[in-house]
Amino acid sequence: MTVTHDHAHAEHKQSWITKYVFSQDHKIIGIQYLLTSFVMAAIGGVLAMLIRMQLGFPTWNFYWAQWLFPGGFSGNQMKPDFYLAVVTMHGTIMIFFVLTTALSGGFGNFLIPLTIGARDMAFPFLNMLSYWLYPPAIVILLASFLVTGGAAAAGWTAYPPLSALRNAVPGSHMGQTLWLMSLALLILAFLFGSLNYITTVLQLRARGMSMGRLPLVTWAQFLTAILMLLAFPVLLAAAIMLLFDRHLGTSFFVPSGLMIGGQLVTHQGGNPLLWQHLFWFLGHPEVYVLILPPMGIVSEVLSNNGRKPIFGYPFMVGSMVAIMFLSFLVWGHHMFTSGMHPLVGTAFMVTTLIIAVPSAIKVFNWLATLWGAKIRFTSAMLFAIGFVSLFVTGGLTGIFLASPAVDIYFQDTFFVVAHFHFVMASASLFGLFAGTYHWFPKMFGRMMNERLGKIHFWLTFIGIYATFFPMHFAGTAGMMRRIFSTGQYEFLRHLSGLNIFISLAAFGLGIAQLIFAYNFIASWIRGPKAERNPWKSNTLEWQAETPPPHGNWGAHLPEVNRWPYDYSVPGAKDDFIPQTAPQVPAVAGAAVDDTEGSPPKP
Amino acid sequence: MSNLSEHYSPTTGKRLGLLIIIMVAIGGVVSTFWAKNRWWFPPVASQHGVDVDRLVTITFIVTGFVFVLVHLVLGIFVWRYAAAREERAIYWHDHRTLELTYTLVPAAILLTLISMGAVTWARVHSPVPPQALRIDVLAQQFAWTFRYPGPDGTFGRTEVRFVSRDNPRGMDPADPAGRDDIISREMHIVVNEPAVALIHSRDVLHSFFLPNFRVKQDAVPGMTTQFWFTPTREGRYELACAELCGVGHYIMRGQVVVESKNAFETWLAGQTH
Repeated sequence: MTVTHDHAHAEHKQSWITKYVFSQDHKIIGIQYLLTSFVMAAIGGVLAMLIRMQLGFPTWNFYWAQWLFPGGFSGNQMKPDFYLAVVTMHGTIMIFFVLTTALSGGFGNFLIPLTIGARDMAFPFLNMLSYWLYPPAIVILLASFLVTGGAAAAGWTAYPPLSALRNAVPGSHMGQTLWLMSLALLILAFLFGSLNYITTVLQLRARGMSMGRLPLVTWAQFLTAILMLLAFPVLLAAAIMLLFDRHLGTSFFVPSGLMIGGQLVTHQGGNPLLWQHLFWFLGHPEVYVLILPPMGIVSEVLSNNGRKPIFGYPFMVGSMVAIMFLSFLVWGHHMFTSGMHPLVGTAFMVTTLIIAVPSAIKVFNWLATLWGAKIRFTSAMLFAIGFVSLFVTGGLTGIFLASPAVDIYFQDTFFVVAHFHFVMASASLFGLFAGTYHWFPKMFGRMMNERLGKIHFWLTFIGIYATFFPMHFAGTAGMMRRIFSTGQYEFLRHLSGLNIFISLAAFGLGIAQLIFAYNFIASWIRGPKAERNPWKSNTLEWQAETPPPHGNWGAHLPEVNRWPYDYSVPGAKDDFIPQTAPQVPAVAGAAVDDTEGSPPKP
Repeated sequence: MSNLSEHYSPTTGKRLGLLIIIMVAIGGVVSTFWAKNRWWFPPVASQHGVDVDRLVTITFIVTGFVFVLVHLVLGIFVWRYAAAREERAIYWHDHRTLELTYTLVPAAILLTLISMGAVTWARVHSPVPPQALRIDVLAQQFAWTFRYPGPDGTFGRTEVRFVSRDNPRGMDPADPAGRDDIISREMHIVVNEPAVALIHSRDVLHSFFLPNFRVKQDAVPGMTTQFWFTPTREGRYELACAELCGVGHYIMRGQVVVESKNAFETWLAGQTH
């Protein structure tokens, strides 16, 4: 890691295409990933609005939606098969094409080399390939709306036989095949990326940047990359097996003796539960792929804006490592009612509740970081604090679902929908916003509008709670997921008022995101110029020029002399000491000592 | 540069602190109590359902307490440490005893919940009582049918190749055990007597969901899953499909009737074979 990389500094003229389109520069690739993810978020968001329109106002006439998806409606009424396609695509897009790509692809690419003092990723060409697998995956995925039968409609979990047999659901025609191909491409992109991240963090750290001095945001990206590298190949294999089942006559997931629409199915010998095991072996680590990077971002933002070192750095790293390992051992908690043996359920309950311990440690450490802080309320900080709240709320409802006896009732109801929209979707979205407001100046060399950022925060924070908290009640009343209408059931009939409220809140939440879109674009074009270190931060990326040039560091690589959290060191001149600042003997003791004992009075 | 000091805003801190305490902590609790009278569990009607509900209540109390506590602390910290004060934040980043405390306390609470959950789960999935009424449940897009073994107490063999308009269930005509089997579109069970649902699917995944009985078990093509329970209240109840099964997922509704032994026998006798 102490090898110098001076070759990277050589000036070589680049055309516009190689600089901004087929770029091998990690910063451009990160920004490409982030921008593409935002576009996908807009599409996923529109799909969410369609879901809430149907559940809240099934009889209303939404002209814009009919104009946008003429095939999805008949006689002003949404079709049930279109509804299922919308639900499936909303989940798929938001999880894989927005949160994974923005947090790992976007922030991972942009931040890893900069925070460790490298000039670029270890394999820049592979990095470019990683990004350029993403747009084709999007094209294939969105094209599925146009094929016969429409887009995939078996849910983002794509459980066979529904996803394996053409006649099981309209979306199981060409749509499901495109879904699987698109996902396979995107998984390759993730694998290229994660290989790069792991190698880069292990091999290209600047002199003095020991693992113990890595910022938590980089630790989070590093551990996420390991998760992705180990978990995603399993889904890739499963997706290929399902493609084989669909087109080549194999029967990995389809047993014998089935009949669809009065016709005998020729498959025999497969098992639908096999898919569920393979899917969730990825699927559960995947939710940690979505939450570890925000945990890193939030740790960074809380410490920087609290002007206080992150509390319990060793525990923070340790709990992320623990989460990474344990996340491979909890997948069965998605399958308590699947027909899996009850004893296996007991085992998965134990691992699932154990993984709550490192999560709890992180929450308490964030609270301890705020204690005695001197909080600066930037937009990033507001979202970071909001993240803590959402993560706690969603984490606690997870305790219900982790207990299989309780999960019997809640499984596949809106309680689950509420739970994961808090702990995974909203929390990691808040991490994404916090990261965007925080690192925007470094990415684009301009400041975002803080006033709009704050309005965006208030509306989003209130909107998230108003939308997803009442969903717990719908789930408690027994409302199933993925149902087109509650009208068929007497026990759900009294939920229409509740669903109208949730839908209105969701519309408000959706509209509030336009403020962010405007702020992002307007600030990019004409925001005030950002200086090198606008947030008075310690980490390396803020010591680089704004925005950092190709190769990041000019003639000399930075040298690291301390950990990243020397904020408000007693006796120091400023309330921050960059990692590159030399150790001054008088301050050094205070800076690196893990002082035990009672805290000083704030 | 943009003025960093403008972000040291006690007003913003107070607003956010108040929002967290009022909207999240207090609002969460108040709305939950409000929802309790409107959108809550359907009345429980099975023996194990009472145990499940007790576990839910305990989990509610524990998580509710933590929910309020953490949000109060968060709100107060955000309010308190937003002050535009002159002195710096404290330099404090490690306290082993404190960290071990909040590692071990949640671990102890979670272990307690694990033990309680394991006991209830084991009871729910205890061996089926030998006298339990056996009902063969078939799920298919998008309806439920139920089969009773008849006087011989044995289900006849079924196979999908025998399915026809006159034989929707696919009964094997060569199997004498099937001759007295009774097939129904409604599920009838006897109050205070155990019943076991032997669940099959002929096409895709479905899930056998009886909200009032706190029963949910997936119907998996190619295998039989089972769930036994004892209904405790007579009446007519709804059965829902809880696993996405296709376009008609939302209309895949069934009916369950819990009745006295006599009423059940009368109903059974009135069914055609």
